[in-house]
Amino acid sequence: MVTIYTGKPGLSRRELLKRGSAAGALFVISGSAVLLSATESWALETSALKPETMATLIQMARDIYPHDQVPDRYYAIAVKSHDEQAGKDPAHKELIENGIADLDRRSGVGGYTGLGWEEDRVAVLRQIETTPFFQTVRGGLVVSLYNQKEVWPIFGYEGESYSKGGYIKRGFDDIEWL
Amino acid sequence: MPAPYDLNDENVVVIIGSGAGGGTLGNELAQKGVDVLILEAGPRLDYTDFVNDEWDSFAQLAWRDKRATGGGWRVSKDFPNLPAWIVKAVGGTTTHWAGASLRFQDHEFKTLTNYGKIEGANLLDWPITLADLEPYYDRAEDKLGVTRTHGIEGLPDDNNFKVMKAGADELGYKECHTGRMAINSAERDGRMACQQTGFCFQGCKWGAKWSTLYTEIPKGEATGKLEVRPDSMVLKIEHDDSGKVTNVVYADKDGKLQSQKARVVCVACNSIESPRLLLNSASNTFRDGLANSSGQVGKNYMRHTTGSVYAVFDKKVHMYRGTTMAGIIRDEARNDPSRGFVGGYELETLSLGLPFMAAFLNPGDWGRSFTTALDHYDSMAGMWIVGEDMPQEQNAVKLHAELKDEHGMPIPDVWFTDHPNDVAMRNHAYQQGIALYHAVGATRTMPTPPYPSTHNLGTNRMSENPRDGVVNRHGQTHDIKNLFVSDGSQFTTGGAENPTLTIVTLALRQADYIAQEMGARNI
Ligand SMILES: Cc1cc2nc3c(=O)[nH]c(=O)nc-3n(C[C@H](O)[C@H](O)[C@H](O)COP(=O)(O)OP(=O)(O)OC[C@H]3O[C@@H](n4cnc5c(N)ncnc54)[C@H](O)[C@@H]3O)c2cc1C
Ligand code: SF4
Repeated sequence: MVTIYTGKPGLSRRELLKRGSAAGALFVISGSAVLLSATESWALETSALKPETMATLIQMARDIYPHDQVPDRYYAIAVKSHDEQAGKDPAHKELIENGIADLDRRSGVGGYTGLGWEEDRVAVLRQIETTPFFQTVRGGLVVSLYNQKEVWPIFGYEGESYSKGGYIKRGFDDIEWL
Repeated sequence: MPAPYDLNDENVVVIIGSGAGGGTLGNELAQKGVDVLILEAGPRLDYTDFVNDEWDSFAQLAWRDKRATGGGWRVSKDFPNLPAWIVKAVGGTTTHWAGASLRFQDHEFKTLTNYGKIEGANLLDWPITLADLEPYYDRAEDKLGVTRTHGIEGLPDDNNFKVMKAGADELGYKECHTGRMAINSAERDGRMACQQTGFCFQGCKWGAKWSTLYTEIPKGEATGKLEVRPDSMVLKIEHDDSGKVTNVVYADKDGKLQSQKARVVCVACNSIESPRLLLNSASNTFRDGLANSSGQVGKNYMRHTTGSVYAVFDKKVHMYRGTTMAGIIRDEARNDPSRGFVGGYELETLSLGLPFMAAFLNPGDWGRSFTTALDHYDSMAGMWIVGEDMPQEQNAVKLHAELKDEHGMPIPDVWFTDHPNDVAMRNHAYQQGIALYHAVGATRTMPTPPYPSTHNLGTNRMSENPRDGVVNRHGQTHDIKNLFVSDGSQFTTGGAENPTLTIVTLALRQADYIAQEMGARNI
């Protein structure tokens, strides 16, 4: 029996914007700091945080919970709420902007995203892992990344099953290799 | 048909909480013709309202009012406002529960006698024995429709169980099966059979799993003798000059305070809220809280020695398909101090969905060591450890000195530190679980720390001598004749078994006693 996947393959830009930042002066950056492919530059549209900050935050999210098979857009969705919250709460904006500035400072000339190897970036994260900034980002991410229904099929998790009648006829006992 | 009772009705038995203890007691008394009102802090949902989604379901059902926690346990650091995972809704935690329904073993009612004095542990024998409870266990199993009892067939083997069973055979374990579960393996009592949806912890949308929400409560209501009043959070129990309880004060759905008269009050709020309520009901007569002449209200908080072992294989398992906990190994449940600890533990299959796995596998962890485990989510198998923990006086539920909830009631502060016996037991269980999975080819195993407490016990314990505990052998408080405790906080010690069947059993026995004492006009 095969796994039946239910998630949609990806999110459209419109869908993302619906979930992501509140309406406001959106600002698209282009250029060297962009980690995402050109078609996904929407991820860096911000209303409260600096776009560069968002780019670094996305890289940081991937370094905290690295899954090479998970595209950047899901990490972008996972950290998008920080931009929204920063728009409502100046203290949150300061926490994130200062936290990212600190990361860049610790990372040397090219800043955090200038460090080419994950190992080097993780070494910087280890220095700050007990700070409120890191804990806020990680604590939010563990829900906002893994609670995206679109991500579940990548891990082979099938999610809701009631509407399909459960697994009674869909492989609850289909293990064959034992 | 449900009876509506007047706030000034002095003849009504008021039960606080509608979960395993309160919901069962309410129905039993109503069946006997007693007037019963259940006050429940949470809302009333229908089982069709449940959602197959871990975080959404948590938001729908879980008790999320702020709690504080301290002590040496890791939960207090990882989840500083969530010491326990329990429910605030009609049906209580029987909406979330997995359905594992085991009887206590004989020796577990006499731990002081059988284990001897253990340093740092506040062990005490129960004032009742297995023989006292056996007829009630029988009735409880029949009521819940527990598989492998009363000729009810076991649940079928799911993927997660098949892995457990193969490993159990390799290790030479003898008692391994799909459990004694309060989940229908075939249609029974007007409820359908399990459809293997895999969301038992999120409320069974089929009603295949027993919950007071759609069994005891509607049955009680059908007698015309039971009213369930949801969104009613009890803040205080009051008494008269003679020391008898007379009424309870609660906040209604609009937050307005109401006073409900009562002939008898039964507290069934689960082991954090029950002592909180008794402590918050302190008066000039009872300065340390109601029923607290022993000083034991809130003390001896137990939560079972738990932990999980997850294993990754090089082939698919799909453990999340099917019943969440239908698999058990009972061989380690015996008391065998040669293993380096007293008491025993059960090993039970367990699966979490991806969102909860990420949150609970190793809370706070990050980086590749963590994420490569999740990468193999569909090739994971898992089991839960549940063993007897030692009651300790300093493990306690207290009223927080400063923080208050929206009604001005001090929030509970839950203190817990493992006893060395708990640590030795957990380590033994980890070792066995790891060995079991490696025996069937696991490529990686993960001893996972305890989750916020799902089993909460012992904070109003039963004792022969009023000096040692809060309630007598019927759950009646030693100090106040018409005040009862009807939930797991009565447990003198915790046993190795999941507690709910015993909570229900005690409620059935208590119902007989209350009806008898009311009939004799003793209360
Ligand atoms: C995920 C999960 C899985 C579990 N699996 C199992 C299992 O397989 N087997 C097993 O034996 N046990 C299991 N349990 C534990 C089981 O659910 C509990 O032991 C049982 O429900 C406790 O019954 P209770 O009556 O003491 O409390 P609850 O069932 O928690 O009911 C207490 C009720 O009181 C209400 N209340 C609290 N305070 C007030 C107040 N002040 N005023 C009014 N109402 C109030 C609450 O809202 C709640 O509805 C599980 C628990 C969880 C969370
Ligand atoms: S697996 Fe069975 S008991 Fe569990 S929620 Fe689904 S139908 Fe109900």
